[in-house]
This record gives sequence, C-alpha cells and structure tokens, in this order.
Amino acid sequence: MGQSFLFTFFALSTCLSAIAVVVSQTVVRMAFWLIISLGSTAALFFLAEADFVGAAQLLVYVGGTLVLLVFGVMLTASGPYLKIATAPGETIVAGLLGMLFLFMVYSSVGDVQWVGAEGVSAVKSAGDGGLQPGNTLRPIGLSLFGLRPDKDLDGDGPAAPGYLLPFEIVSVHLLVVLIGAAYLARAKRSRAANQ
Amino acid sequence: MLAAQSIAEFLNSFTWLNGYGYVLATIVHALLLIHVFAISPFAFIWLERKVSGRIQDRLGPTRVGGLFGWLQSLADGIKLIQKEDLCPPAADSMLFRSAPYIVCVSSFAAFMVLPFSHGWVAVAADCGLFILLAILSLEVFGIIMAGYSSGSKWSLFGGMREAAQMVSYEIPLAICALIPVVAAGSLNLGEIGSMQRGWIGNWFLFHDPFTFIAFFVYFVVATASCKRAPFDLAEAESELVGGFHTEYSGMRWSFFFMGEYASMFAVCGVASVLFLGGWNTGIGPIDDALYQARAGGSGSAGEWSAGYLANVLGALVFAAKASFGVFVQVWLRWTLPRLRIDQVMTTCLKYLVPISCFLFLGATAWPLVFRQAFTITTWNSPVGDRVGEGLQEARRAGVVPAAGSQESESGSESESEEVEPASAASVQPVSPMPELPGEASSSVVLSAKDVREVSQ
Amino acid sequence: MLADNNINSYLLVGAVLFVCGVICMATKRNGIGVLMGVELVLNGANVNFVAFSKFTRLGLDGQVFSLFVIVLAAAEAAVALAIALNFYNNHLTIDVDRASKLRG
Repeated sequence: MGQSFLFTFFALSTCLSAIAVVVSQTVVRMAFWLIISLGSTAALFFLAEADFVGAAQLLVYVGGTLVLLVFGVMLTASGPYLKIATAPGETIVAGLLGMLFLFMVYSSVGDVQWVGAEGVSAVKSAGDGGLQPGNTLRPIGLSLFGLRPDKDLDGDGPAAPGYLLPFEIVSVHLLVVLIGAAYLARAKRSRAANQ
Repeated sequence: MLAAQSIAEFLNSFTWLNGYGYVLATIVHALLLIHVFAISPFAFIWLERKVSGRIQDRLGPTRVGGLFGWLQSLADGIKLIQKEDLCPPAADSMLFRSAPYIVCVSSFAAFMVLPFSHGWVAVAADCGLFILLAILSLEVFGIIMAGYSSGSKWSLFGGMREAAQMVSYEIPLAICALIPVVAAGSLNLGEIGSMQRGWIGNWFLFHDPFTFIAFFVYFVVATASCKRAPFDLAEAESELVGGFHTEYSGMRWSFFFMGEYASMFAVCGVASVLFLGGWNTGIGPIDDALYQARAGGSGSAGEWSAGYLANVLGALVFAAKASFGVFVQVWLRWTLPRLRIDQVMTTCLKYLVPISCFLFLGATAWPLVFRQAFTITTWNSPVGDRVGEGLQEARRAGVVPAAGSQESESGSESESEEVEPASAASVQPVSPMPELPGEASSSVVLSAKDVREVSQ
Repeated sequence: MLADNNINSYLLVGAVLFVCGVICMATKRNGIGVLMGVELVLNGANVNFVAFSKFTRLGLDGQVFSLFVIVLAAAEAAVALAIALNFYNNHLTIDVDRASKLRG
C-alpha cells in the first residue's frame, strides 16, 4: 500500500518532469527538471530493490553529469537567460508523433508475456541467505569481479559469466574519454589565444 | 516495546494500525532526523560566533539567554523570519525560489544513512557510505541554481566557482572515504563503526600509515566540499559581495546556512565513523561493557534500559567527536586567509588527487605486503576474523541473524525527497544481537569460494 | 494508482522517458538541450533494465547493465560537452541548426 503510493508518486514526478524538460524553453530550467526526473528515477530504483544502481544514479548522473551539463550551459551562454525557441509548429508535430510512438511502444510492450515475471524478485530467489533483496552491493561487486554467486549457487551447470572483461573495457574507455575531452578542451583554448 | 527491535516493529505490533505502522515509523524517523538537522545548525552557529569572537579577542554573543549568549541563534532566526522575502526582477523566479530547498533537502537527506550509535540509523543500507556521498554531492546543484538564477554577476561567479570546485573536490573526497572502507571491507557505516570497538588503536585512524594520512586529507577535502574557509570561494565576500547568496534575504538565505552547517556536521560525522571509532569511546573496558549492555538482549526491563542507555552514551560520544570536527573547521576559518580560486583548483588537482590516489594504492597494498611478506601483525586482529567470530558467537548463542527483515524495507520505503530519512526500517532502540552486521559479509565470502569450486 | 508489483508500470515509465528524450533530441535547437534528450533516453533504458532485473529471471544482469549505461552516459556527456564547447568557440552560438558548413 505505502509502497505503491510511493511508486505512483515517483513515477508521476519522473514522467511529468521529463515532459517539463521537453516543454521548457530556457536550458537551465531544462536542467532543473532533468534533475527532478533523474532523482525520482533513482528513487524508483531504490523501490525496485536496486540500491547500488540508485546510489550510482545519484552520484554519477545527478551529481556528476548534470553538474557538467550546467557548467557547459554557463560557458556557452551569450546572454543571461539564453532562449533558443522551437517553432510552435515543430512542437505540435513532435508532440503528436511522440504520442503515437508512445502508444505504439507501450501497446506492443504491454502485450508481451515476460518470462518469469511473476512479481518475485530475482535476487531473492537466488537461494543464498547472504543475498537479500535491496542489498545488491556485494553480489554486484562480485559479478564485476567475474564471480556470480547469485547464479552459481543453486545450479550445477557451467559457471555463469561475470563482468570482469566489460569492466576493464569500460575503465580503459573512461581513460580514453578523459584524454579525449581534455584534448578537445585544450585545442579550443589555444585557438582562442591565437585569434 | 521492550521486545521490539525497531520503531517500525513496535508500531506494527498494534493490530488496529492495519499495517500503517511503517508509515507512522517513517514519520517518527523523519521527525527525529529533522530535530537533529535543525538543532545542529542552531548549536554550530552559536559556536561559530563564540569561537570567532574569542579568536579575535572579543567576547562574542553574551546577551541573549543567559551567561554565554546561547540563545543567540534563536534570536538570529527570529530576525530572519521577520525579513521580507525578496526576489530580484532580473531573476528567474521559479529557480531562484526553489534553489535553497535543494541545498537544504540534500544536506538533510544525508542524515538518513548516518548512524548515530549502534543500530541507531534510519536506513541501515549496505552501501550506506556510497548513498551518503551521492546525496551530499547533490547540494552543489542548489548552489549553482542559486548563482545562475539570481541574474547578478556576483552570484554567477560564485555559482561557477562552486561548480568547478565541487566537481574537482568530489574525487579526492570519495577516494579518501574509500581508504578506511578498504581496511574494513564494508561500505555499511554501521558495520564500519562497530568494527572499531576496543582500545583507541582499533580506530581506523591508527590502522596503518595510509589511513592516518588519509584522515587529514579527508578533513581538508571535506572542509572544501562544505565550502568553508579557506576554501569558501563561492561566497568570498571581499570580492563577490556575497557570492551565490548575494540576492537572497530572510529565510531563504538562512536555508543555505542551515544546509551548510548541517553538512559540516554530516561530513564530520562521516569522518568520526570512518576514522575515529564512531560511537566507541576508544577505551577498551568501557567499550566492552557498553557492547555487553547493548548485546544483553531484550529480556527484562533492566537489560533493555541498560542497552538503551549504552546507545545514548554512544550517540553522545559520536556527537562529541563530530562536534569537535566542526569546531576545528570553525577554528580554521578564523585562522587561515582565503585562497585564490586558481590556488584552490591547483591544491585539488595537482596535490590532493595524486596524494589520495597514492594513499589508496598504499592502503590496498598494505595488508598484502606487510601482513604476508614480512608477517608483521600490524593490528591486533584482522577485521574479517573478528566479524567471523562475532557471527559464530551469535550462531552458537542461538540468536538467529535476522538482518534481512530490516534491510528489505530499507531499500524500498525510504527514498523520497523529504520523508525519506525515515524508512520503515530501523532506528533500533535496542539491538539484542551481537555483531549483526558482519553476517552478510562472511556468508558472501563463502559463496564466492563455492563459485570458484564450481568454475574449476 | 499504479501498482508497483507489476512490470508494466515500470515499463510505462521507461517508455515515457524514452519518448520524451526522443522528442527533446528532435526539437531542441540548443546543443546542450539535445544532450539532455540523450540522457533521458538512456535513463528510460535504465528503468527497463532495473525492472527486468526485478521481475524476470534476468537477475543481477539487469542492474550491472544499468551501471554500465550510467558510466558510459557520463563519458558520453563529457565528450559531447567538449564538442559543444568547441562548436561554441567556432560559431559563437550553441544553436545546432547553424552547424551547416559542410552543406554543399
């Protein structure tokens, strides 16, 4: 009861502020509504017993990426409240197309019978006493390390694949991105100095 | 009441509540935390004025409320409530009005996962430290919003400085907070705190040289992340009038400062849990006696109240340690001159980040190198062993480890913006089971071994 | 009231986020607004991953996938922001409709 009230509250605030992102014209207001939307999504993750993902969403997305975006807004604004308006015709067409698209996506998604979707948490059914729902920190850590206690404990087949290789690839990718972003920003500054 | 481990359980024992006990428990937790949140700025603003007065060879507040002027903050608050709530015409009024609430809510929500004593935590989350750092990192957004939406150049500069400073200082803050986590093997703040029971040498501050240095680096970085002097570039009043809060007045202005003082208390509380033994006194026999009292079970009223008193004492010790941290921050503010913004960024990016990375590597290598290559026992007993022993004791005593019943709600009920702190999970007034937190860790270690066997 | 023990309500939220992101990408002329649309789309995908992890046999895989999505979205935002700053430096505006120099 309380849970479904909270779910409704956060689902509504996620969706309504996502719509507000689309509707609002100044980019800082868009950023504000995006924060509300992503923060409520983090709350939905907590409700779905994914506490680590929710915290990562708050830390990386809301605290990191969005601050970076607003920083970009400040660096690229030529006036106090920069408005680049969309033509009203475009907005109406896009809105109609979006409604159609949403209807199409949701009606096709709603018809699917998902395998195993009986409302039981998958983490809970893994059978190990250490893996409680909403306590996904250790299983996620182990799976990033290449071990899958949630899958391997009750089965006797071959070991389930972990995520060690993707983890390493992502870390190298982040290093590349770090260097690339620094390079791009640096090139900009030297050209400005030349002019 | 005596048998119930948490407020939620106690309320649910009334049948006429019809399952609304969790909702009520949420409200109770929220009210408790709101009091902590409201009273800590109240005390620290008075402390700030008094300490600054003494440092400048003045008396500080003396008039309002008796000898030391301890009601001064209340007088300030009443004055601020009476002020007009202004919104400049150049401002984007919606963002301008909502920015203080973002600051306030995010620093308030950080208290949700901060344990005040053994088991006295609103949400006993397994990744508590991670959630806490995540929530504290949201505070910067309110500052940037305030700076940008004020429509004033001073505010914009303050907001941009704050954005640059916070994005940079988050990195060493997180790395330094991870160093005791490496030593403890857990992100659960309650678990980390209860591992440091016993003599003062058990504190993670003295665990190895790297954690010792990491404490001081953490404290510097935490001071910067609360934008306290000498890092208060966002509100540098000698250059930027008031920085991001130039255009604010009245209660909205004071919300920024409530958020600032509350987050000072929060980061100092984290420091005391991570490095300074949390609610443990640091004197072996006393800690053991308190531990026995807490573990004494909920049998009789006498045992229950002994355990409760032990927890109250623990909370007082915790508050004393955290308040001392705040006092040092105040002391620093009135002693050191403010840095320039480029010096602030240089300090972080050229010095603090490499230092904290080095410390992190060292803390990771320490147990491998010094405990195995040189067989030096640096510390009386490894944490993992001790947790394991506690678990075995608990199993021998027949206490069923029941962490799940509390944890299952903590992920779900808790994460709203304002009602948040109070998940239906557990401020536990009394906790009859010894070393409850270690349970998850040891069982998962077992399962990892199983996985290895399966895969070979 | 939406039921939280039903996968379809999570999928509905994900679909709304996705569609909002797509509209945002299509209609915004501000480069950073387009970036925000991308973030919304990725977030909708994340909601679906977490819902599948809770309600189907996907288990932890869904959560690990959403972690990767979050991390890669941060990386993508950093690079895209650097490109946007470069664009602003060359054109003195952030309006993506002005990026038409390659048109023949």
